[in-house]
Amino acid sequence: MYELNFDVQKCLHCPTHACLTRCQHMDIDRDTAGREILKIAAGEDSFVLHDCLTCYACEEYCPMGNHPFYLIVKRQEELNVQPLPRPLIQRGINIGKPFRGEPKINKVNGRALLMGAFADHMFLIQGRLFEGLPVISDDPRKMFHYFCQLMYLHYARISVINERLPGVIETITRHNVTEAICFHDECYGTYTSYCPSMGIEVPFRTVHFFEFLYNRLVELRNLIRPVNLRVAYQRPCSSRLSPGKLRFVYDIFKLIGAEAVQRKYVGRNALCCGGIIEGQRREGSRKRASEIQGLNISDMKDAGAEVCVFNCPACYHTLAHLVEKEGIRPIFMSDLCRLAIGEQPAGWR
Amino acid sequence: MDIIHQGLLDIVGEGHISNQQEELFIYSWDLGTTEPHRPDYVVSPRTPQEISRILELANRHRIPVIPLGGGLSLAGLAVPFRGGIIIDLKRMDTIIEVNEQARYAVMECGVSMGQLTSYLERKFPMLTHSEPGAPPTATVAGNAAIHGQGDLAHPYGFNSDMVNGLEVVLPTGEICRFGACSIGAQWFTQHPLPDVGLFLGWTGTTGIITKISLRLFPCKNIRGTAMFVVDNEDYVPDIYHRISRTQMAEDIIAFSQTIPPYASGLQHFTINLAADSEKELEFKKELIFDDALGEYIRRGDGGYLGFTYGLQHPQISKTADWRKGGGFEYVGGIMPVSCYPQCYRRGKEISDRHDIPYTVLGRCIGAAHAMMFSWTYAFNRADPESVRHAREAMHETDELALELGGAIWKPGLYGQRLVMSRLNPNTLNLMKKIKKLLDPNGIMNPGHWEES
Amino acid sequence: MGLSDFKYGDIIHRCFRCGYCKFPANWMDVNNCPAYARYRMETYSCGGRLWLTRAWLMNEIKWTDHLAHILYSCTACKNCELKCPMGFNVDILNMLRAAKGEMVEQGKIPVEARDFLQNIQIHGNPYGKPASRRGDWMGDTQMDKYEGQEYLYYVGCVGSYDTRAQEAAKKLGLLLKRFRVSFGVLGKDEKCDGNEVNNMGEEALFEMLAQDNIALFNRLGVKKIITLSPHSYNAFKNNYPSYGGNFEVIHYTQLLQRLFEGGDLNPAEKTEFRVTYHDPCFLGRWNAEYEAPRKVINSIPGATLVEMERNKENSLCCGGGGGNFCMDLLGGSPDSPARRRVREALETGADTLAVACPKCLTILEDAVKVESLDDKLMVKDIAEIAGEACGIV
Ligand SMILES: Cc1cc2nc3c(=O)[nH]c(=O)nc-3n(C[C@H](O)[C@H](O)[C@H](O)COP(=O)(O)OP(=O)(O)OC[C@H]3O[C@@H](n4cnc5c(N)ncnc54)[C@H](O)[C@@H]3O)c2cc1C
Ligand code: SF4
Ligand code: SF4
Repeated sequence: MYELNFDVQKCLHCPTHACLTRCQHMDIDRDTAGREILKIAAGEDSFVLHDCLTCYACEEYCPMGNHPFYLIVKRQEELNVQPLPRPLIQRGINIGKPFRGEPKINKVNGRALLMGAFADHMFLIQGRLFEGLPVISDDPRKMFHYFCQLMYLHYARISVINERLPGVIETITRHNVTEAICFHDECYGTYTSYCPSMGIEVPFRTVHFFEFLYNRLVELRNLIRPVNLRVAYQRPCSSRLSPGKLRFVYDIFKLIGAEAVQRKYVGRNALCCGGIIEGQRREGSRKRASEIQGLNISDMKDAGAEVCVFNCPACYHTLAHLVEKEGIRPIFMSDLCRLAIGEQPAGWR
Repeated sequence: MDIIHQGLLDIVGEGHISNQQEELFIYSWDLGTTEPHRPDYVVSPRTPQEISRILELANRHRIPVIPLGGGLSLAGLAVPFRGGIIIDLKRMDTIIEVNEQARYAVMECGVSMGQLTSYLERKFPMLTHSEPGAPPTATVAGNAAIHGQGDLAHPYGFNSDMVNGLEVVLPTGEICRFGACSIGAQWFTQHPLPDVGLFLGWTGTTGIITKISLRLFPCKNIRGTAMFVVDNEDYVPDIYHRISRTQMAEDIIAFSQTIPPYASGLQHFTINLAADSEKELEFKKELIFDDALGEYIRRGDGGYLGFTYGLQHPQISKTADWRKGGGFEYVGGIMPVSCYPQCYRRGKEISDRHDIPYTVLGRCIGAAHAMMFSWTYAFNRADPESVRHAREAMHETDELALELGGAIWKPGLYGQRLVMSRLNPNTLNLMKKIKKLLDPNGIMNPGHWEES
Repeated sequence: MGLSDFKYGDIIHRCFRCGYCKFPANWMDVNNCPAYARYRMETYSCGGRLWLTRAWLMNEIKWTDHLAHILYSCTACKNCELKCPMGFNVDILNMLRAAKGEMVEQGKIPVEARDFLQNIQIHGNPYGKPASRRGDWMGDTQMDKYEGQEYLYYVGCVGSYDTRAQEAAKKLGLLLKRFRVSFGVLGKDEKCDGNEVNNMGEEALFEMLAQDNIALFNRLGVKKIITLSPHSYNAFKNNYPSYGGNFEVIHYTQLLQRLFEGGDLNPAEKTEFRVTYHDPCFLGRWNAEYEAPRKVINSIPGATLVEMERNKENSLCCGGGGGNFCMDLLGGSPDSPARRRVREALETGADTLAVACPKCLTILEDAVKVESLDDKLMVKDIAEIAGEACGIV
């Protein structure tokens, strides 16, 4: 029903083919890159479809505003190139099925925080930062009604996303929300990047969580005491869909006196948490994931980070324990902000 | 006051005996689908001597005696079918000795699994025991009395295989010891004396275990759970075998259930790994997930779901609340591992027939020598229809377990009859003789292992 | 009333009787429900109570004194609620309270409970002592009447009447004075806070007490309240708002924590002592305040805090809640929770058992005497320890 808006002309005129030449996981020269992306656009198979780790990064690298990652995923599905073993895909698809009754629709008539499929992280939504802010999806039993579905990009299942997403949007819309502050990058990316690329209508505005946090901190400026911590930020894959919002990470750090350590794997070069890679079908995936994690964490450590800051609960789940073992404390961004205004972070370990 | 009451009061003292309706009511129920039966008295003794005197008194008055531990065995095993005296053993809860060198613990019969787990965690972190998925109130002795199994079943077998010695009060009141402790040696081994294995698996019909020595095992610095998933139940036996062959895993469990949806139609494995270092852990992961199961992953037939550090304390009893009904019961079959696919498929059919979301699980016992396969049926305690469905499903499943070539673990009365109807007649006869010899008046947990 | 009229009739069957609720989080001891610890029969466990309540409401069993005893032996310590793994756990205490409420309604409660409630109704305190003696705790010290000072210092029934607890109440008053806290007291105008009444299921009486107290506080212009007892703290903080009473409530340990933060406590003579701290249920489990009392202890020169194995949300209740400090349904045995608790305190090697609740103070001190541990273990309120450190004798 929905068609990906991918413009081959843009590729033909692309000076860099950065989508693939910059890929951190494949070594591809410019000519090959140009050839392969056009092959994929034309519906043909390519080694890229098989070697792709589904890290989302090419979506950001493309200088022409095209959608190379969505294209790759679409083609993987069409040509049945499964990045993950079959049962993992099935499991993933099952996870997103709501099964505990219909959600209660509270009319917010304005702006609200949208927790998506992370209602089980409501423990983070406390204190002054969130005072008076209505929440959509605060009940873990009902949260899959609000699941943005974008996770299925890792599963080569555009079809599942397109099938379920309009219903999710409708559920959110029923709350009469004008402005949804997306707790997770992935929801934000869904509504601001994926939906437009597919021609799926989104009848509410969205705000990036970090932009919201930043603005709240500015409002609460007189409460801020510098945290004086050296921090590394774990950039999640879905942040690649909203690169323009990345600056809020650093604006927040500046505002609260956190020093972002100088590291190699940062910004465009950020490394994936590895959570999705370790289960992939390709030979050696489990080791590959742990190598990437190793590089990432030793980079944080070498740069002198004391704290690793997360947005994505999935990254947190995958990496928190590992960074902790290296003496780096994991913390969610909102918790770090709470620390700065003299509150007790909910998830400090 | 009647003479039995007076006698019991003299033995256990004020406050530890009751024949009031409240106690009689509560102790008439277990947690499962079994119809309640009221006891006449409930006592909670403190010593083997008191138990011995209670049994003498019971023999004099020919009144039944039902030993009760945590009361969690679910199959009506401690429901007083013919009334009598319930002996709640949980006050006898001293951990007497932990021998770090010989790796065993001696304790009184009322010591709970939770208490032992915590004691070891706090005082002997280098040691652990095979912890069942039961709530922490389950007793170590009650668990051995029904051949339970825990999270070290894969390397070391049934918990009743880990018994190093017993103190038992016989139905006629004599206090006996078995194993090395019976010759005054330490409680470190059950062998090599002549075998009198008359108390394990007898569900309290041959005597009351008052002390038990249980084997403990090294507890490694790192413990955690890896997960693997397949979408075809026919793969499960092979996967059990492959993992088991590496000899690198502690616990291996496969499960499938309707709720939550992610588990529906798929077979998930939880594989407990333990290691003293990251190096050892990585080595084990490599052997299992890259070498033994790599083929499944490359074919796209099996998926690795990562490793989570730390073992969670069991909370399976949450199953009881899935239907917001406060109850569930399961049939545990001790089955050949090769039966997993049929167990799963046929179990699902039974669940569907009774409109109960299916929940099945197979825990590998020994080097894939067997598995404990459980078919779980949740019910709503407030809805008699749903209790009836669960009960009927249990009965059908008892028959299924035998039909598929397995044995029923801790069967209730229905299952016991099915088992006895198939028992080798000479064996059955021997069991009867033993029972008669030990319990001439038939006072011990009557109803169980009796032909109707 | 039958099960269908019972407010929790649709969930009370959901207890599986698995028994997680008997334990602390680390499972070290099955005796973390004080009533179960005392009687060690399944009937006295949380699950037993829920099943019996249901059976009673369904007419499967009849009301007896024993049934009432079983229900009222629950101290509302909340261990069960925090340890039960099931989804309905948030309502466990509500169910137990509603069950007691049903007994109240039918006039079928233990005599001890009846006396307790009657005394409060008539005299404003459970002991049946005259209201005119409520200010006795002050002895010969001068405490100002409350008339618009920053804080109302609310003492509560136990601190007002129990001779042992009076000492703590007085020490706290003197301490507040020493730190120039602006406060006043109500003296004979003070009345029971009703926390126990509420947990004993006497809702109407509780409502009356709450309304009277709120009216009095409002009339006097009270904005901020310091409480000696965590029970008062709980009622004021969590229950009074639903009757329109909105006050800033603070437990005295929280105030002391702030006052001591500067750290310039200079006792005349510094003595070394080892303290273990017993978390009161209504400060700990009910209100998640675990740190303030510990910080106060840690800021006292010479004090070394050692923890009992069961602490914070896993603490064993002294057995005094739900009116039991007065009704004493859990006393009279070596298995009584208070006696278990003082033995546990002794095991830490501490010489002082610190409490932050007048009920715990009296009960645990009695237990120390019965266990003949007087020469090994002293029970002291944190107010007393702090007072001594400040040279208040
Ligand atoms: C949620 C849940 C999960 C479970 N998971 C497991 C599991 O993973 N593994 C497992 O093995 N079991 C499991 N069980 C079953 C059962 O709870 C345990 O086996 C438990 O250890 C039984 O011990 P108990 O003290 O509760 O025994 P009880 O139920 O009290 O007694 C069992 C039988 O033994 C007799 N008995 C008890 N004590 C003695 C004694 N001292 N001497 C002689 N006879 C005695 C009783 O009369 C009765 O017949 C589970 C149960 C539940 C509810
Ligand atoms: S209250 Fe909860 S933990 Fe306690 S027995 Fe009932 S279900 Fe189990
Ligand atoms: S509140 Fe405390 S005393 Fe009452 S049942 Fe729960 S654990 Fe037991």
